[in-house]
Amino acid sequence: MNRVTLFSICASAGLLLYILEMVRRRKLREEYSILWLFGSTVILVLSVKQDWLDGIAHAAGIVYPPSFLFLVGILFILLILIHFSIAISKLHQMNKKMAQEMALMKNGAEMNAAGRGEITKER
Amino acid sequence: MQFVQFRGMNPVMEGNPPRILVVIPAYQEERSIGELVRSLRGRYPHDVLVVNDGSTDRTSENAREAGAIVLDLPCNLGIGGAVQTAFLFARDHRHDAVVRIDGDGQHEVEDIPKVLEPILAGRADAVIGSRFLGETGYRGSIPRIFGIGFFRLLVNLTTGYRVTDPTSGFFAVNRSLIEFYSHHYPSDYPEVDAYILMHRLGARAEEVPVRMYSRAEGKSSITTFRAVYYMVKVTLSFLINRIRRFG
Repeated sequence: MNRVTLFSICASAGLLLYILEMVRRRKLREEYSILWLFGSTVILVLSVKQDWLDGIAHAAGIVYPPSFLFLVGILFILLILIHFSIAISKLHQMNKKMAQEMALMKNGAEMNAAGRGEITKER
Repeated sequence: MQFVQFRGMNPVMEGNPPRILVVIPAYQEERSIGELVRSLRGRYPHDVLVVNDGSTDRTSENAREAGAIVLDLPCNLGIGGAVQTAFLFARDHRHDAVVRIDGDGQHEVEDIPKVLEPILAGRADAVIGSRFLGETGYRGSIPRIFGIGFFRLLVNLTTGYRVTDPTSGFFAVNRSLIEFYSHHYPSDYPEVDAYILMHRLGARAEEVPVRMYSRAEGKSSITTFRAVYYMVKVTLSFLINRIRRFG
């Protein structure tokens, strides 16, 4: 077992445990943990099962098998970042709606306090 | 969104005077907003709504003192989010038409009847005030004119509208567009994007000549530095709106 393989076993196992612990402590929501768990599991399995890694790397035409691990890692990071961009966009949209709703509700409350449920023209 | 039904909706009820809402999105406009609201209230029977887009100065207080209805957004949403809040308000309070003008004195208050007239007559769903139609005496900086020229080309090439002033923020829309925009309104330079939305809806849009001035107070929300970013972003959003679904 070469050193890069040992390193990737330790790193992916550590990452897997860390993510599980964060989910257990409710610091990370389950829906955001899925990609992380999936990614670290794939890397862990490929690190342990050297012959699987060699086989896939060979089939993909990659000369140095551990570099296939990097490729898998980078692809997962990309996926997670896209996932985050989507999550941020959704939060942005929700935040906008809430701000608008708050402004409208505040105005409604002010109008009720002033004793007019409907805007009138005071001229 | 039911594109087909759009044309059939007639906004103004026969007999009743139309309910019109003049909308002023405002961010840090404490120096000009009061005077603007007073001049609107003195001149027209319309409701005047100021959407305070998270200003930290006295924009909200000054607008209230001048007699405007004020919506205070708890944080800065940007121009599109602020104007959309006004469409939500107009939808809920059953206004027949919305006129949107700038809070900094750029737009001529006296031109409001010009942008309203085709809407109230039922000839148009949207009327946009153009500073380039006729002798309006507008003088702008070269980057600004270039940007406007770019968007004009974009709108003219992709929609059927003959547009001279695609970024004009002086416009009026009828009830059908109020309802649509309360659900879907673009964020930056919403006026350019709005053309694609109107095109997809089959809305009747026309331009009328209006006067516009250089900003009286404050700075334009668009600095030259961010102009390129906005041009790319608006172009992207414009093109995506061509293929997007609205539901």
